[in-house]
Amino acid sequence: MTSPEIIRPKAKQRPGDRVFSASALISGSLILAILAAVAGFLMLQGIPGMFADPESVSIYTEGENFVEFVVPLIFGTLWAAALALVMALPLAIGIALFISHYAPRRLAQGLGYIIDLLAAVPSVVFGLWGANVLAGAIQPSFVWLEENLGWIPLFAGPVSGTGRTMLTAAIVLAVMILPIITAISREVFLQTPPLYEEAALALGATRWEMIRTVVLPFGRPGVIAGAMLGLGRALGETMAVAMVLSGSGVIVFDLIGSVNPLTIAANVALRFPEAYGINVNVLIATGLILFAITLVVNSIARYIVNRRKDFSGAN
Amino acid sequence: MVSTVSPPQAAVNPLTAGRLPAAAPWGILAGSLLASTAVFALLQVGSGEEDFNIVGAVFFGVVGYVLLVYIVSRLIEGSRRAKDRFVTALVGLAFVVAMLPLISLVFTVVAQGSGRIDLDFFTLSLRNVLGEGGGAAHAIIGTLLMTGVATLISVPIGLLTSIYLVEYGRGRLAQAITFLVDVMTGIPSIVAGLFAFALFELILGPGTRVGLSGAAALTVLMLPVVVRSSEDILRLVPNELREASYALGVPKWLTILKVVIPTAIAGIATGVMLSIARVIGETAPLLIAAGFSNNFNFDLTEGRMQSLPVYVYYSYISQGTDFQPYIDRAWAGALTLIAIVMILNLAARLVARIFAPKLGR
Repeated sequence: MTSPEIIRPKAKQRPGDRVFSASALISGSLILAILAAVAGFLMLQGIPGMFADPESVSIYTEGENFVEFVVPLIFGTLWAAALALVMALPLAIGIALFISHYAPRRLAQGLGYIIDLLAAVPSVVFGLWGANVLAGAIQPSFVWLEENLGWIPLFAGPVSGTGRTMLTAAIVLAVMILPIITAISREVFLQTPPLYEEAALALGATRWEMIRTVVLPFGRPGVIAGAMLGLGRALGETMAVAMVLSGSGVIVFDLIGSVNPLTIAANVALRFPEAYGINVNVLIATGLILFAITLVVNSIARYIVNRRKDFSGAN
Repeated sequence: MVSTVSPPQAAVNPLTAGRLPAAAPWGILAGSLLASTAVFALLQVGSGEEDFNIVGAVFFGVVGYVLLVYIVSRLIEGSRRAKDRFVTALVGLAFVVAMLPLISLVFTVVAQGSGRIDLDFFTLSLRNVLGEGGGAAHAIIGTLLMTGVATLISVPIGLLTSIYLVEYGRGRLAQAITFLVDVMTGIPSIVAGLFAFALFELILGPGTRVGLSGAAALTVLMLPVVVRSSEDILRLVPNELREASYALGVPKWLTILKVVIPTAIAGIATGVMLSIARVIGETAPLLIAAGFSNNFNFDLTEGRMQSLPVYVYYSYISQGTDFQPYIDRAWAGALTLIAIVMILNLAARLVARIFAPKLGR
């Protein structure tokens, strides 16, 4: 069977149209160019740092090379972000459920705004608060943790006197990524088809049983995507960690001790202002590694989000 | 005469039998908090400490509530409803726990920061200031200049990109741009700073730190936010409006300019304001790219430029021997920063509400 040939009259090309579509196209392509430039310039400046003669790099400790320098930092970055995610995820799901299914309808939107306010607080303010308020307030509970749970390697101690430890930094990070995870989870929870919810309730389910059997399975991809985006933010977060954590390039699992690992981003922020010569390239190289890690995490998150086109992480 | 009819039993409503009254959870909460307060008050008297441990009292009161409500409900209502009440308590608790840092943060910043909010703070720089005095005017000007330039660059590019994605883009290039905008959203802020530094080092020589470089870093962070928000808004413009315009013979570019954008302008403005609010608090990229300074600098192409977030950071880490004025300045800077961000956020929401197009229906 042949379909009748469709005659598409060619639209008249006006100069205004051409200028407009060309400038839109150029702007779009500029995004590609900028991203390529970010990767390109980081590589151009970073790769010499990776292969620099260890003798000439003054920020290495004696006999260290680039791999030995960067592995503890990668560990610290992943460790801090993972801890923050473990703390933030259950809390974020709880808050999202509270706003979407528990709070009175009229209050719900306002409560959502309040959580969004957390996202608006600049990271340097979080750092100031974490170092001056939280660290001091939480230090006594570290003493308690060491006395009572000291047999767990995570709380082995000896306890840091200032409270500026990995656990404190992870709590600050958790607070910072909470709004992202909450926002995306809330959005998917609200998209649960009401008919399913009503069907579950009509069959005699309590509210929790309805949530467990309908809302959570429906929202799972969204929650996972939100968690990955939160993880991406925690990996790249700089100032809060740099100000709260008193760390160095070591691999330590103890959460409350005075010796703590440092993250890539915080290390760059602390060392960059005084860095000179080849040290700058070494620090840029660590930034390149951070860029690669967050790229992978965010791509996975976007892949999960885009499988469900109905919602997106940016809104 | 004695009546043989026994007085009627209180009617049992089968729908509410075996259920706790609505006020019961609140009663349990109040009781649990009272009991915990009493225990901690006794402990305080016993140990002779001065401060009442309010955190401990509230904490154990709430934990007691969660356990009690579960037990009581299990005894009266059965295990399924008990679990439901348990989860309700936990979910409510999660929200309260999340509020604690926000309340503590806002409270501390206002309490500590308001001391140095005076005329000096907004008119003086830190030039030749040791110890007390000085201000943050140079940092505020730097922030305004760098954020302003970043806005001037990223708004036209971002808006045109979103127009491309919504009105023109089909096929592979549009898909690639959408994906890469998402990727760009996830660039860590410090990486953007390193990029700007690397870029300007190649152009202007090693170790260059200028305001323009900071603005470039902020642009990288701001552009994807502008694109995403305006794209979402442009997609909300009803297709009927476009089709009506085409049907009247209006060319596509005029349709976009005179129909689509005016309809979406409130949403676009909101998105731009929110993206400014996002980048105005960025510290790490400016620390890397623009450096820090104690002096006024109005020239984006020459010399280091201070910004408000970096000012807060430096006041905190480079405390002198007499550290109190430095800490005070850091808190005052933080308060100013939070105030700016909150005002931008509120203004954005107001704009969205007031100027939202009235589409009818």
